[in-house]
Amino acid sequence: MTAPIEVSGSEAEAQPDAVLAGMERKAIQGRSLGQIAWLRLKRDKVALSGGAFVLLLIFLSLPGVTGLVAGWLGSPPNDFHQNLIDPTLGGPLEPLGGISAEHIFGLEPINGRDLFSRVLYGARVSLLIGVLATMVSVVIGTVMGITAGYFGGWVDTLIARTMDVFLAFPLVLFAISLVGVIPRDLFGLTGNNLRIAILVFIIGFFNWPYIGRIIRGQTMSLREREFVDAARSMGARNSTILFKEILPNLVAPVLVYATLLIPTNILFEAALSFLGVGINPPDPSWGGMLSQATELYSVAPHFVIVPGLAIFVTVLAFNLFGDGLRDALDPRAR
Amino acid sequence: MGLLLIISAVTYAIFFLVPRAAGVSSDDIAGRFAGKQPDAVTLAAIKDRFGFDDPVPVQYGKFIKGIVVGDTYDTGTDKIDCPAPCMGYSFRTNQSVTEQIVDRAPITFMIALGAAVLWVIAGVSIGVLSALRRGTIIDRAAMAVALAGVSLPVFFTGLLSLAFVVHKWQLLPSVNYSDIGDNPFNLILPWICLAFLYAALYARLTRAGMLETMNEDFIRTARAKGLPERTVVFKHGLRATLTPIMTVFGLDVGLLLGGAIITEKTFSIPGLGQLALDGVYQSDLPVVLGATLTAALFIVLANLVVDILYGVVDPRVRHS
Repeated sequence: MTAPIEVSGSEAEAQPDAVLAGMERKAIQGRSLGQIAWLRLKRDKVALSGGAFVLLLIFLSLPGVTGLVAGWLGSPPNDFHQNLIDPTLGGPLEPLGGISAEHIFGLEPINGRDLFSRVLYGARVSLLIGVLATMVSVVIGTVMGITAGYFGGWVDTLIARTMDVFLAFPLVLFAISLVGVIPRDLFGLTGNNLRIAILVFIIGFFNWPYIGRIIRGQTMSLREREFVDAARSMGARNSTILFKEILPNLVAPVLVYATLLIPTNILFEAALSFLGVGINPPDPSWGGMLSQATELYSVAPHFVIVPGLAIFVTVLAFNLFGDGLRDALDPRAR
Repeated sequence: MGLLLIISAVTYAIFFLVPRAAGVSSDDIAGRFAGKQPDAVTLAAIKDRFGFDDPVPVQYGKFIKGIVVGDTYDTGTDKIDCPAPCMGYSFRTNQSVTEQIVDRAPITFMIALGAAVLWVIAGVSIGVLSALRRGTIIDRAAMAVALAGVSLPVFFTGLLSLAFVVHKWQLLPSVNYSDIGDNPFNLILPWICLAFLYAALYARLTRAGMLETMNEDFIRTARAKGLPERTVVFKHGLRATLTPIMTVFGLDVGLLLGGAIITEKTFSIPGLGQLALDGVYQSDLPVVLGATLTAALFIVLANLVVDILYGVVDPRVRHS
């Protein structure tokens, strides 16, 4: 990480930004906080490249685009190419995992399916679950965090205790056992659609305290600020203060921590698929491929590298962008 | 203790409420307890014995009672004694759950504690070094590695090291982890992979905490007193930084003691995590339930130890 991530506002590295923003404010007109943040973000090339990769990945995961790109640079994710596989060992016949113009990421051992299109379709599942689960966490976390931080007292004690319990939960163990007891069809959903819904629910529902704690802390300090006092002395009701005064000030931290929660959730989904309770085969998922690779790494080491790198690069890109976003939106934040 | 009760209640309720809400009958649940193809006698005995038609709170009471005073299972043909702490009996493996957990626990302990020692030493020292040399090439390189580290899951680094270090380059012997007892250093690869991930996390945490602490008033006071910089950094700065890190450490170690699931699965190590995982794969509910409860117990215990250690490390806690 090259950007100064733990710099306080008055420190040297943050100052050029502040000075710059101040000067430009005079030269042009006023700049909103969002514009200032965007100026800072634009100068952080590392964060921008992370963001660019995330955008590319989202574009490639759009319905229609995935199939088109997979057909153009590879072959359909469930087409077997067993003529290219060594029948005794199970690895691809060609060196380097069978990388060729037709199969740019090589071939899956045993069945010889195209790894590029499997990784591409895997990205779709990872992103979908990562983003949806984060949304669940953000909604629960924000509501709980604001309630605890604003009202205080026994409400705060109750919610803070609940968050402690959730944070101390043996989450992976719980997730695998819950997925294990869930029947084949539920709420009209079956197969992998049901799996995705359950994974989103479990991951999202158990990660909300991470957002909740931050929002609670922020709300507690916002509650004491002058503008809230002013609103209250003018006779504003609690709901007005919450929605008009406090919530708008929480947009930045929510945005930052949501961005940083997505990679965590992507890793979580990959881990669950790796443990065999995520997406069911033959649908491709990164964790599922690595799970198969536990038996095959000796004949096809590329089968570890390709999906593993996909996870690594995606998670890293989200982390880089999230860190940059945090620095841009609140240079004083750690 | 309260935490433990809540966790066990929640696990229990969910295990039995979810299948029911989804329309699974008590026969099915009894079947899951018994195994894949139980005969009618076993099924009826299990249903009667466990009281699957009782309300959930009653079932939960029985479960807790078994842990406190033990239990006896009557399968119709013979009686199986399950002394306290009885966490249930697996009709699939014909073993009490407590027995299986006691069997598997040592290896998970070795994985978790070995890795914990490595990652605390590496993570904290790298974090302190980075904070003290902020902005230098050392700091930047360390933080770049740390950011990469938190993006590398164990099931990737582990498989990668198995494929290359063990198989291709043969730098380390291939180990059969099922009889690990003779030489704990056979666990070196799992330790390193697990510790790398956590060390990266802890380096980031320590650096952030250290930077904040070193700006505090008491550090300025310590420097003004003319204390040597080494004393200021280690006796004053590091101590205050360690307190929040210890909280996280307690949670992390507690979680791993209950089963380093991903590490165990990656390296095929038969620990608590593998036990729980097998329980899930084979629909062996008593095992899953027992393993989850054990995991919760370790988290609570680890937190307790950390609470006690607070007083030792941070003088502010001792005096208040």
